[in-house]
Amino acid sequence: MADRTFQPETLAIHAGQIPDAATGARALPIYQTTSFVFDSAEHAAALFNLQTFGNIYSRLSNPTVAALEERAAALEGGRAAVASASGMAAEAMALMTLLQSGDHVVAAGALYGGTVTMLAVNLKKFGIEVSFVDARDPTAFAAAMRPNTRAVFAESLGNPSLVVLDIAAVAAVAHAHGVPLIIDNTVPSPFLCNPLALGADIVVHSATKYLAGHGTTLGGVVVESGKFPWDNGKFPGMTEPSPGYHGVKFYETFGDFGFTMRCRLENLRVYGAALQPTAAWQILQGVETLPLRMERHCRNALAVAEFLRAHPKVSWVNYPGLADHPQHALMQRQMRGASGLLAFGVKGGLAPGVKFIESAQFMSHLVNIGDTRTLISHPASTTHRQLDDAQQLAAGVLPDMIRMSVGLEHIDDILWDIDQALAA
Amino acid sequence: MSDDIASLRRILQRCRTIAVVGLSAEWHRPSFFAAKYMQQHGYRVIPVNPRYEQILGERCFARLEDIDTPVDMVDVFRKPADVLPIARSAVAIGARCLWQQLGVMNLEADALARNAGLDSVMDRCVKIEHARLFGGLHWAGVNTGVISARRPT
Repeated sequence: MADRTFQPETLAIHAGQIPDAATGARALPIYQTTSFVFDSAEHAAALFNLQTFGNIYSRLSNPTVAALEERAAALEGGRAAVASASGMAAEAMALMTLLQSGDHVVAAGALYGGTVTMLAVNLKKFGIEVSFVDARDPTAFAAAMRPNTRAVFAESLGNPSLVVLDIAAVAAVAHAHGVPLIIDNTVPSPFLCNPLALGADIVVHSATKYLAGHGTTLGGVVVESGKFPWDNGKFPGMTEPSPGYHGVKFYETFGDFGFTMRCRLENLRVYGAALQPTAAWQILQGVETLPLRMERHCRNALAVAEFLRAHPKVSWVNYPGLADHPQHALMQRQMRGASGLLAFGVKGGLAPGVKFIESAQFMSHLVNIGDTRTLISHPASTTHRQLDDAQQLAAGVLPDMIRMSVGLEHIDDILWDIDQALAA
Repeated sequence: MSDDIASLRRILQRCRTIAVVGLSAEWHRPSFFAAKYMQQHGYRVIPVNPRYEQILGERCFARLEDIDTPVDMVDVFRKPADVLPIARSAVAIGARCLWQQLGVMNLEADALARNAGLDSVMDRCVKIEHARLFGGLHWAGVNTGVISARRPT
């Protein structure tokens, strides 16, 4: 009999956590401990040699964090996952594990500002080059590929550009060149979009956003599909003995979760951006209700987008959930819904936009997204402030753009607050 | 080929003596990792490799037919083209399961084993599946596919 394929609503509650073996606790215990005792010197040696699986030190793995890792892997339809202290740490872990000096990355231009900086400034310091391309055009990715390209990086739904990536088309470009496609799937969350099913090879998340959903806790996660052929000759770090972990060959030894193990042992162990057990536990409290919340985020955001479009003081609205959005059909093909993020401009440009932000009663002026609360911000002066004008435009950030992460308050109240703030 | 959780659990619970064909004595080789792990988890490992006298404290045999004790599982760390005669030997010595390791998929050997009434597993690592279904692999962040409200035993 084949194993049952469980639906995401069930996985969001159960995957990665069965009753505790020691106590029978049904809810997830918080294993707030740095270290784990060895049964014997031989057991310790077997653990360090990776000959048996177990916990050694919470910088490498922790039972509470593992529940979040397995749940994220299950929700994404991936083989394995590894958590990190933040979403940026997850991106850094995926890229730094994969890349080395002399490598090249093809990246979507429409990315979160911090990611653009990591690629364009921080990785460049280590001799890694990046070409940014138009995320709406898969042929632009193909044109930018070089012999030393080792990864393609993009967001499934751009923040705050709201560009929808044609994941299958860009995956085909990456695979034709023998390199993996890495997708930041933070904005849709795994409930609305599963990039691995569309051909992506690695997914990263800021779990801080919709996965946690409550705006209390930072965290990130890297998920691997288990399907990328690391032995194609382009990734000696996956196939040759690792100088960073006494000669282990990650792909040969761990097969379809070799990349996750390499992230854990060559990156997490060394750079140390591990997720706290308490943080993993808090994020998981949110994950259990992810499907319910995303349905409401989508419904509220569509109502807000329609309201804004009809509002006489609004000059433009960008939300892929609107039927006349140029990428609406693509969004429908690869997502269950367009998520809770939208962008718009107020007639008259930046000054009335700022006035709108400062006049809100309960909509919060801050730079997070994916919270229960409705959040508003001005990307050009905040999240994307470190980028120059050309980079801002490439990232889809217009000078008058207001980004809104539509929350879970009653839709009538959200529309009321928008209306009164526009009238101010 | 058996590949579902219930079958793999049953196979790993019933097969307690494992002949590991192609077991290496080099500590960093995957076959050594897997055999050492199974030994540590209470399985009897019988090495099969003409190159060695002894591995992991167990006498090493040149061929499956030379083994002087009943074998439950024949676990194969060889290239796919070499598996068919090993499958014939597995049937001949009365093994209950032919297990082809990760990356090893010989469909003829699979059919031969199944037709002879053996369980047959392909392209799976015995260590990884044990760790997936009986704990351990979950701690490495792997999607085990286990959904359950029962306390693990």
